[in-house]
Amino acid sequence: MGALTLSKVTKSFGKTEVIKGIDLHVAEGEFCVFVGPSGCGKSTLLRMIAGLEDVSAGSVTLDGRDITNEAPAQREIAMVFQTYALYPHLTVRDNMSLALKQAGESRARIDQATARAASMLALEPYLDRRPAELSGGQRQRVAIGRAIVRTPKLFLFDEPLSNLDAALRVATRIEIARLHRELGATMVYVTHDQVEAMTLADKIVVLRAGVVEQVGSPMELYNNPANTFVAGFIGSPQMNFLKSAALDGRGETTGIRPEHLELSREGGRIAGTVSHVEKLGGETLVYVRTELHGLLTVRLFGEHDYAVGEPVHLTPDAARAFHFGPDGQRLR
Amino acid sequence: MAKTRTHAGRSIAAHAILLTYTLIALFPVFVIVINSFKSRRAIFAEPLMPPMPGNWDLVGYTTVLEQGDFFQYFLNSMTVTVASLFFVLLFGAMAAFALSEYRFRGNLLMGLYLALGIMIPIRLGTVAILELMVSAGLVNTLTALILVYTAQGLPLAVFILSEFMRSVSDDLKNAGRIDGLSEYRIFFTLVLPLVRPAMATVAVFTMIPIWNDLWFPLILAPSEETKTITLGSQVFIGQFVTNWNAVLSALSLAIVPVLVLYLIFSRQLIRGITAGAVK
Repeated sequence: MGALTLSKVTKSFGKTEVIKGIDLHVAEGEFCVFVGPSGCGKSTLLRMIAGLEDVSAGSVTLDGRDITNEAPAQREIAMVFQTYALYPHLTVRDNMSLALKQAGESRARIDQATARAASMLALEPYLDRRPAELSGGQRQRVAIGRAIVRTPKLFLFDEPLSNLDAALRVATRIEIARLHRELGATMVYVTHDQVEAMTLADKIVVLRAGVVEQVGSPMELYNNPANTFVAGFIGSPQMNFLKSAALDGRGETTGIRPEHLELSREGGRIAGTVSHVEKLGGETLVYVRTELHGLLTVRLFGEHDYAVGEPVHLTPDAARAFHFGPDGQRLR
Repeated sequence: MAKTRTHAGRSIAAHAILLTYTLIALFPVFVIVINSFKSRRAIFAEPLMPPMPGNWDLVGYTTVLEQGDFFQYFLNSMTVTVASLFFVLLFGAMAAFALSEYRFRGNLLMGLYLALGIMIPIRLGTVAILELMVSAGLVNTLTALILVYTAQGLPLAVFILSEFMRSVSDDLKNAGRIDGLSEYRIFFTLVLPLVRPAMATVAVFTMIPIWNDLWFPLILAPSEETKTITLGSQVFIGQFVTNWNAVLSALSLAIVPVLVLYLIFSRQLIRGITAGAVK
């Protein structure tokens, strides 16, 4: 297991710079998640760590060794792909053991490593099947198993849950969290889903247009976003952005999370009408149209009855509000 | 109900058109084959009659098998076709992989340059090719034919295969790279099996013109030892007398190997083994 350090890593395709000088340290055993909208460069960055893309400038260090110019196979990493990328002509067992065979490990060592990975992922009954005979979830477990067998210094995950259905996604997410605890390995995980990022990460790296917007633990990002982008990206439903001028006048925009808006029929600071209600059982989301601030989301716990068109009043919890300047940066 | 009826009507019309086309396409072949089993008189008297006890005659086949080195011609055709096919598929696939997989300066231009041969017939260069073969001392060798046919087949192979290779999952190739497979192993064990249907298509398109070609064997390799089957059949066509029995028998025999090769490749066309590689 090893620590990963990126220093001033840059990537250009021709004249377009897609990764603009990223510095990052991932400690040994840490679970680091890259999040951001599509096209923000998170997958490119992961592929640069894997060695599948050249680094235009800067360096990548793993466990104290500079691996910037090494071939992917020499980097002591393993990668799990979104499309599983299993070898169609090999059985599950051969899929998992190919890398060790290529490295010239002994038969006994290969069998032992494959058996261990298979038992961790409950894949023993499928070892002699081919990928075509497995379901999507099983295929992804084989892909994860293939990574475990190599006992790499660093695990890389490229949106591994995107092709799974919702129920399987939650189950596999828990599985990955459990594996991280058991293996104690350093992992870098790419996703565009902020729920995956919040639930899995020790450290989240929010990327936008090839630049790191903020790095921190999930709760740091939730409670202390550096700018409107991070504030809007972390947390679901999305944070409401109100015009400060109509409130206390501090900064340009005031951010307030849906759970920190108080909804009342009697009275409050902002008047509006209910435009839509989503009842999820455990919680109720009320969308309120206001004249000054547009559509605002309110999150209530439990079941509540609000009718569409009903006039309501909102009051922000001033202590939980975030203030942002005209450039989107947080005012402290 | 009405809908199903029009559907059936359309289906009948489509089948009728296709069957008509098939009949027209197969008719000459049919006439050649039935007449090859008939006596010379019967061929001219009733060309459309099937062979039957009255007109049955195998003289064509006996002539073909006795005269000349017919077996040798067969072997020559087979050698030239199979060797050319092998090189076209190997080099075509390799070039296609490079063009679709690697980013390098001039990639697009190189692809267009390689595809140019589709539009320019190789026969335009016959004189230059002959001069080249004479100075290389390759006239009257099968090597000359194999070289020319490989060149002739490559443009289409590169063009079709590079399109198909672009569709092979990048993740799969990258997984191979991370597992320490060389680029050659990635090409041969991961990519080639996935583009097998495309390879079979290219093989069929490449094989038939080579097998049927009369032009280059006549110019580059007309000696007795290097004659191909198409050229060999011409000995029976004289300026004044043509041995029709022998010509028809030779042509009927020449269909068989190419039919066998076609069947082998068309099975590959149908069989898809891509399932399970990626979602």
